[in-house]
Amino acid sequence: MRFSIPKSISDFLYQTGDVSLFAIRFFQQAFRRPFEWKELLRQCYTIGYNSLFLVAVTGFIMGLVLTLQVRPTMIEFGAVSYMPRMISISIIREIGPMVTALICAGKIGSSIGAELGSMKVTEQIDAMEVSGTNPFKYLVVTRIWATTLMLPLLVIAADAVGLLGSYIIESSKGDVSMTLFFNIAFESLSFGDLIPATTKSFFFGFAIGLVGCYKGYHSKKGTEGVGTAANSAVVLASLLLFVVDFFAVLIADIFYTI
Amino acid sequence: MKDLLTNKNRSVSKEVKPLLDMKGVKKAFGTNKVLKGFNLQLYPNENVVILGKSGSGKSVLIKCLVRLIDIDEGEVLVLGKSVPDLKQKELDEIRTEIGFLFQGSALYDSMTVRENLLFPLRRHAQRMKGQDEEALILNTLKSVGLADAIDLMPAELSGGMKRRVALARTLILQPKIILYDEPTSGLDPITSNEIIQLILKLQSDFNTSSLIITHDMDCARVISNRVIILLDGINYAEGSYDELSCSDDPKVKAFFKEVQKRQEYAQ
Repeated sequence: MRFSIPKSISDFLYQTGDVSLFAIRFFQQAFRRPFEWKELLRQCYTIGYNSLFLVAVTGFIMGLVLTLQVRPTMIEFGAVSYMPRMISISIIREIGPMVTALICAGKIGSSIGAELGSMKVTEQIDAMEVSGTNPFKYLVVTRIWATTLMLPLLVIAADAVGLLGSYIIESSKGDVSMTLFFNIAFESLSFGDLIPATTKSFFFGFAIGLVGCYKGYHSKKGTEGVGTAANSAVVLASLLLFVVDFFAVLIADIFYTI
Repeated sequence: MKDLLTNKNRSVSKEVKPLLDMKGVKKAFGTNKVLKGFNLQLYPNENVVILGKSGSGKSVLIKCLVRLIDIDEGEVLVLGKSVPDLKQKELDEIRTEIGFLFQGSALYDSMTVRENLLFPLRRHAQRMKGQDEEALILNTLKSVGLADAIDLMPAELSGGMKRRVALARTLILQPKIILYDEPTSGLDPITSNEIIQLILKLQSDFNTSSLIITHDMDCARVISNRVIILLDGINYAEGSYDELSCSDDPKVKAFFKEVQKRQEYAQ
């Protein structure tokens, strides 16, 4: 009897292999001259600065909502003084990086997928290649570097604004000064909270850039192909973020067990 | 024996080495065999037009010349160098000798017209050593009649203007050969005629040889020194436009009839 793998599984395996090869190609070219500094800076600006407002607003609301939701329970247990500690650990360890990464997967992942997809469809990538430019290096390597470098900064911004939002609720509902709130919030943090969170943010950025570029670069011809590239970049990047997060927490648990 | 191909005011000697030489080129996509042993030579100062039905592999053919698509079998020589065997650096160098005008112009839509022209220039600064970038861009744009559009974005240009800017971008590195993929497609007859005249003018100004892929019979008639009909994956017929349009071969006859019918219908 002949055994055959279901098409959905073989497609998944094929795509996983293809994305891995794409990542290997990135590493092969990322450290080789010539470096596209100007394009890298432009991408850092586009990806980092242009996402800052959205990420800050999300972070702020995240801080407000989290505090509002948790406060009644903490009061019930007589542990309201633990609020800054609890909020800072939960935001910095998990909620900040994850929510920022998901927001960026939607905003940055889709825009990279659509941009590269439309460049592919309109033969701009081919035009770049025949003009003697390596389009992979110019378009893909710069974008993956930019997302990898910018996401940790965006996470730090979201964390900071999230804590500020939390303080606003705390000070309006209770009686806590800004200095006291932030003193308690930062005192409760250790390297075991900061290092894994920052490190995984780099990986989140890499995953978003990689998937966005992969989907756009391999977009099928036609306007439908561009839409599909943008959409599947968001879906796949979001899924990948949870996988990366799981492994990041698993590894952090080995090195930073309290 | 000296074999002269003549058409209108141009004459081309076949004694000279060809700039482009394709021998027995085969290319298939899965089971679909697109090229089944295609041969082509392009000589200095020559304009060769390739005619063929949609999906006959014309675009694949010119993409094979610059290795945007790898061939399965055969030989592709550009300026005497075997393109499939070139290393990336050598390939990039040879690509600077070949201009490529894409069907949809393929302008970088996040860049202005100036930046579009500056892009290949900066990449090959060595090649254009000693020349003032700004003056070169302005002169090239002037030669296509679009000096005023220098700071516009591609989205602000009409189809004909886009084609002109793309032509300027192709010319800026002063290539020896220009490949045109449907240079008049999607343009109205007046603009098409302007583009055809521009191609001829630029060819005499910049002294280039051209390989043109087109459906447009007017374009083929006006521009060509030699026409090749790509049918069933091979160069089925070859000659001047006038020779081929009066050919007795049933397939060539049917081809011309069908294309003319389609053109009349489109008009």
